Formats: sequence, structure tokens, C-alpha cells
Amino acid sequence: MDPVTTDPVTTNPVPYSLEVSGLAFAYPDGHQALFGVDFALERGERVALLGPNGAGKTTLVLHLNGILTAGTGSVRVAGLPVDRAHMAEVRQRVGIVFQDPDDQLFMPTVREDVAFGPANAGLRGAELDARVTRALERVGMAGHADRPPHHLSFGQRRRVAVATVLAMEPEILVLDEPSSNLDPASRRELAEILTSLDVTVLMVTHDLPYALELCPRSLILSGGTVVADGPTPELLADGTLLRAHRLELPFGFSPRRAGPPAL
Amino acid sequence: MHVPDGFLDAPTSLATGVTAAGAVALSLRGARRELSASPVTGATAGAAGPGAERTAPLAGLAAAFIFAVQMLNFPVAAGTSGHLLGGALAAILVGPFTGVLCVSVVLLLQAIMFADGGLTALGTNITCMAVVTVVVAHLVFRTLLRVLPAGRSTVTASAFVAALVSVPASALFFTLLYAVGGTTDVPIGRVAAAMGGVHVLIGIGEGVITALTVGAVVAVRPDLVHGARGLARPLKLKVNGELVDAPARQAAPAAAPRSSRAVWLTGLAASLVLAGFVSFYASASPDGLEKVAADHGIDKAAEEHAVADGPLADYGVGGVDDERLSAGLAGVIGVGVTAAVGTGVLLVVRRRGTTARSAADGAAVREAAAGRPEA
Amino acid sequence: MGSGHVHRLHLPGHSPVHRLPAHTKLVAVLAFVLVVVSTPREAVWAYPGYALLLAGVARTARVPAGFALRRMAVEVPFVAFALLLPFVAQGARTEVLGVQLSVSGLWGAWNILAKGTLGVGASVLLAATTELRDLLLGLQRLRMPPLLVQIASFMLRYGDVIADELARMRIARESRGFRARGPRAWAVLARTAGALFIRTYERGERVHLAMVSRGYTGTMPVTAGSSATRAQWSAALALPAAALAVCLPAWTL
Repeated sequence: MDPVTTDPVTTNPVPYSLEVSGLAFAYPDGHQALFGVDFALERGERVALLGPNGAGKTTLVLHLNGILTAGTGSVRVAGLPVDRAHMAEVRQRVGIVFQDPDDQLFMPTVREDVAFGPANAGLRGAELDARVTRALERVGMAGHADRPPHHLSFGQRRRVAVATVLAMEPEILVLDEPSSNLDPASRRELAEILTSLDVTVLMVTHDLPYALELCPRSLILSGGTVVADGPTPELLADGTLLRAHRLELPFGFSPRRAGPPAL
Repeated sequence: MHVPDGFLDAPTSLATGVTAAGAVALSLRGARRELSASPVTGATAGAAGPGAERTAPLAGLAAAFIFAVQMLNFPVAAGTSGHLLGGALAAILVGPFTGVLCVSVVLLLQAIMFADGGLTALGTNITCMAVVTVVVAHLVFRTLLRVLPAGRSTVTASAFVAALVSVPASALFFTLLYAVGGTTDVPIGRVAAAMGGVHVLIGIGEGVITALTVGAVVAVRPDLVHGARGLARPLKLKVNGELVDAPARQAAPAAAPRSSRAVWLTGLAASLVLAGFVSFYASASPDGLEKVAADHGIDKAAEEHAVADGPLADYGVGGVDDERLSAGLAGVIGVGVTAAVGTGVLLVVRRRGTTARSAADGAAVREAAAGRPEA
Repeated sequence: MGSGHVHRLHLPGHSPVHRLPAHTKLVAVLAFVLVVVSTPREAVWAYPGYALLLAGVARTARVPAGFALRRMAVEVPFVAFALLLPFVAQGARTEVLGVQLSVSGLWGAWNILAKGTLGVGASVLLAATTELRDLLLGLQRLRMPPLLVQIASFMLRYGDVIADELARMRIARESRGFRARGPRAWAVLARTAGALFIRTYERGERVHLAMVSRGYTGTMPVTAGSSATRAQWSAALALPAAALAVCLPAWTL
């Protein structure tokens, strides 16, 4: 099949979790990162956004909750346009886990950090505590609630970063390079956590085996546009496509042998 | 070098404390404006009140940077080394208000973390090292940017001069405080000359390092240097092969009208002539005349900038009485600094006037800019 | 590797002094230092009295004398300055061991040494018995603007992270054979500082993005601070009160 299928449907009775159309953006220093990006995610999908370094992945992520606003084009979250009028609502619905947990964990203790988002949304008292505990339990970090984040291991910090976002009960979870700098055990633990969640997941990565393990569908972003959209095993089996966009499977890894991803 | 408790008498400490509190309060408000114009996310900053939500993380990280950069040792000679004080660097990189906040927070934490600098002297330390250094550096830097042709080398050269001037200015301001509220009767003129001389040397090091650092940042990310934001280029977007104009992302920093450059040049030249004349006259006359001349010249300068009062005149006389050299040095630096502060105050007041702020603000700015205790 | 540096002064413990709320201790230390600073320097006998008071607090807090004294080394530059004063000050002269010294200079040196040392001692005790974070919350309770407290908190949170970055950059420089010798190395070091600024500022922007992504609009969610009971206030203020008791006769005599 032709892997280049960029054809987002524009009318749908159930709104997409995420719908991006015609998105272009340049930084103030003149560097243009996005050149017209189109794609849409159904509710509950787990999708990998693959691409080489400098493809514009992180720039795209920053558009999803309105931190950057489009030069041209639009982003809609659960049918809501990402604009100034809907910013609070959008930021509550889109949870972004950034690449460096040190950037995300800025409060003195884990508990305060996880409470930060829901408290900004107006939660207080017992309700807030319950929300924090639940989020920490989902990532297996409930026992570390009162420790300062910088005393945790890197893998633990990444899990707490996921919890800080889960505590906001988002509609869609966006992870920027979730497997980077993780040792194999932490990597597996994070995969187990992610597969146990029932939210839409957009995972931005160049870790192809991780994408195959977690995401049935993948998009390839290269040169600031989506150049491929399809089932992950098929995309990863297309050697020409991968090579053309500087994506490489680890030595000895075969997407066919690895089998279909767990759904 | 942080001032400990008991160095200055209680009224002076109290006055500098009030000054520092006022300057920090003013900077808290000003920093929001400075940090709201983000190069990248400027378009969304308005979502929650401009700058309010950027101040804490960015000023906090900038403070951590100043704190860290003070640990970077620069070898001087034969095993000795110095480190950056950072006031001028902060003023140029993040702007004067944020700069005052950063250095103040560093001083506060040094006082409560390491007992470095007395608690009752915190106001003095903030006034000398945060307010005077940052404000003087900022004013010198902005003045030079306006006067000189635009470009990267101008930014670097201005950074050098700004940092160079800021260090002896701070030292002389401290000497002034010591003249007013010192606990020991020392010959102020001689102290001023010694402090000024030593700190000019330190200032040269500070200037070189600051200029090199600012140059390194300007070469890579000119948009991050608060003092050089005008160097950014206009934007073009390419969408599916077509070029489209990008929507305006941030209001360009208010550029000075071309005609005002002449005013600035004249002002600077006048200040320099005044400084040269006063110090020359003062140091060339061996008899009692010099006292009158210095009194007259310095009073005139003070009057011009609406900061006339006793201590400055006393300090000038003390310097003149003791040594000709000290008078020359103190005169040049003193008048230069006064002129820079004065013109800066004029600028601030004028800007305030157009934004219809209260007169009280203007007075507070004047106090903070002149860096002197409130009477 | 920077972590030792931020917490250098704090000495964890559970003494009555440790348990006092931070803001009461801040007020107590500030009041104590104010009393000390306003004591006339001629009342020489008052100063050992203050020192004894501090020693009593240190004993209650179980802060070892050696610990406190080592931490007081920060005032060394000013000791040097104070020792110069008798030689440069004006006025009447006196002869000590054959050297001409200024009387007012001697008084000045004594004044700075005594008051500065007591001030540093009090601050060291405060820092040794109070967590930094509690100190900041204490300052907030004492009406320091919340924004300033936030800035200071961010500086504390990221001070180590940035110091580590600086250390890694130094290792990277030295691994490639760079040795900082003399001013010729300044350009390289300044580029390090410039790179550090860019990294720091960009991290600041990322932190800010992470914050707004979770709905931050400029104010931190309120964290419950502990308030002080009357007994705690009186315990904390016992120090400046005792100092005042020493000070009053010094003024009247």
C-alpha cells in the first residue's frame, strides 16, 4: 500500500480528540519548523509521531495546547479550537509530558508538583488530595509523595512527570520522547503504565521499537510536514521510507518478528 | 564583598533598607513588562495578563544563572582569580528591572543561606550591588546604544563600558554611604580615591568578561539579549511552497526617534566636558579656589539632575582637600555617573508621563535610579 | 555535585530551636541584630553578654561550636578591613607596642568586628536550624511579596541543576585539554558563561511552558503554612528581649 496517506476527514459526528490542519510556524529567528501539517486522532487512539531530529516534532507539540500559536492553519482539541478564548479548557484537556522531567517538576515536593495542575483548575482540600494520590498510584509513585523531585532517579522523575499531567485528567496525553534516557527497566515500567491508561495518546519519538510496542498507528513528520500515516508495523517495514527520513531500526530488530503491537 | 552588620549606623541601614524595598517593589512591576515580550511565545503571553506568569520562572532561572556565574573563576595572574559580579550582565541580558530582582534575590539567599552579608545590612547590599550596579550599567548601555551606530559590535562595546562604569559607581556609592553613616572617622576623600581606583581595575575585568559573554550570546541568540532585541529580523513563512507574511508576534521595542540622537549626543558631550572641566580645574588649582570650583561644579551638576544635597558636596570637598588626584578621579566618575543617572531619570520620567502613571511612581523611580536613601 | 553547596549551612535536628516556626526565628534574629547594632561601642561589656546569649541558643539547638565557628569564616574579608582601620583613620593617635594608631580607628575596628561577628553568628544559627524552604515561607508570612518568594524558590530549585551544567561544561573543556591560565582564557570562559545563559534562559522558558500547560496564570496554589502560637512567639522573642535587657543599661550608663 502507499504509505503516504495524508487525508484527514473533516466531518465527523464524534469530534476528533485532536485535529491539526494546515499548520505552519516559524520561530522569531527566521527558522521555519512547520510547513503545513495535517492529521487527526480518533478518541482513545494511541499514535506515534515519528521523525528525525529537527523534523519539527517538539514545535508541533507546543502548538497542541496553544503555547505556540499557529502562523497559519488550525488545531482543534475535542472540537474546540485552540485559541485565546478556549485556552484554559484546552490546557486542561491536553496533557503534555515534556522531554526533560527537570523542566516539568519545579515544585519542592512530588505531592505539590502533582497538585499544581488541579489546584490551578480550582480543586482544593480532600478532593485535591484524592486526585493527587490517584495520579501517583497510577504511575506507582504514591510512596514518594513527600520527596523532593531532584532526589528521585531519572525514571522515577519521568513517571512523576506523567502523574503531574494525569492529575489533570486530560482527554489526550502527549509525550515528548518518553523513552529518552531511560534504562531498560524504567522503559518497560513506563510502557506498562501507558498501555494501562484509557486516554488518547500521542507519543512523539524516534524510538521505533517503542512506537511499535505501544502504538498501532504512526505518523512520520519530516521537513515540517506529515509524510506518512498508517499502521506502525507497515511503516516500519518500509525500509525505503525510513531511510528517506533518517529513521533507523536498531541493529537486528525486525518489525515483523516483533509482531503486532498490544492493543 | 558583602557588607556585614554594624558597618553603617542604624539610620543609614534603615534608609538603604527602605530604598532597597522600594526599588525591589518597583522592579517586581517592571519585570512583568520586560518578561512579557517573549521572543517565542509572545503571542500567547496576553492570555493571562501580560508577563505575570513568566516572571517567576524566568527571573528565578536568571537569578540561578547569576548565582552560578559567580562561581565561574577567571584566572588573573599567578594563581589568583576573580569572578564576575554580574550586575551589569544581568541588566544587559534580562533588562534592568529583572536584573535588579535577580541580583537582589541572590543577595537575599546569600544572606540567609551562607550568612554572607548581614541581615540588617541587606538593604545596603541590595542598594549598592543590585540597584546601583544594574541601574548604572543599564543607563550607560542604553545611552551608548542610542548614540552609536546599531550593530553587534556596538552591543559588545557598550556592554564593556557599562560593566566597567558600574563597578566603581557601586564602590563610590558605598563610600558615599560610609561618609554619611560610617562608624569610623576615616578620610573619605582618600577612601573614595582608593575604592575608585581599585574598582576601576576590577571594573575593567568585569567589563571584558561581560562584553565577551554578551557577545557570545548575541552571536547565537540575539533575541535573548534584552538590550539587543532591535537586531531581530522580520519573519516570512513558507506554507506548501508559498511564502506568506507571518502575523506580528510582538510589538517592537519602542525605538527612539532619530532626532533624539542629537539630544543624547549633546547631553553626553556636555557631561563629559563638565566632568573634564571640573576635575581639571579642581586638581589644577593648588589653593582654596579649588574648593569653590568643586562646590560650584558639583552643585551645578546635582541641581541639573534634581538630586542636590549635602553629602555629595561634602564628599567632593573631602576628596579635593586631600588629594588632587582623588578629586580628578572622583570628579570624572562622579559627574559621569550623575549625568548618566540624571539623563536616565529624565527619560524614565518622560516615559512615565506619557503612560500617565502617578507622580509618586516618578519619585520612586528617581529615588531608585539615583540610588540614594529616602530622606 | 552542587547539592552539598546549597544545603551547606543547614544542620538537621529536632531541638526546640529547630521546631520553632521560621518566621518567628527570622523576626527574633532581625530584632537581636538590630539591638546589637544600636548598642554604643563604648559599652564594651555588653558584647560578651550578647555572645553568651548566642552561645545559649546554640546549646539549646545542639549546634556544635566548631560547626558554627567554621561557618562564620565568611566574615574574614571584613576582618581584614577592620584591621586596616586603626592605621588609616584620622584623629587622635595612641601608641600601641611602638606603632602609632588612631584612637577612633581602633574603636571603629572593634565596633565592626564585634557587631559583624555577632550578626554572622546569629545568621549562622538561623540557617543551621531552619530549612531553606521554611525560611522562604517564613519570609512570605512576614509579607515579603509572593512573587519574590517564587523567584527565590525557582532559584533554589534550579541552582543545583545549573551549577551541575556549569560543572559538566568545565569537565568538557578540560577533557579537551583546556587549562584556564591567565586572562587569555577569558574568551573561552566567557563563551561558557554565554552558553550557560542561553541554556538557562531556554530552560526557564521550558519550565514556564510546563507551568502554563498545567493552567498556571501567575499565582502559585496556596500552600498551607504553619502559624505560630503565642508560646512559640515568646520563645523566639526571648533572645532579642534578653539582648535588650543587656542593651538598656549600656545606653543609660
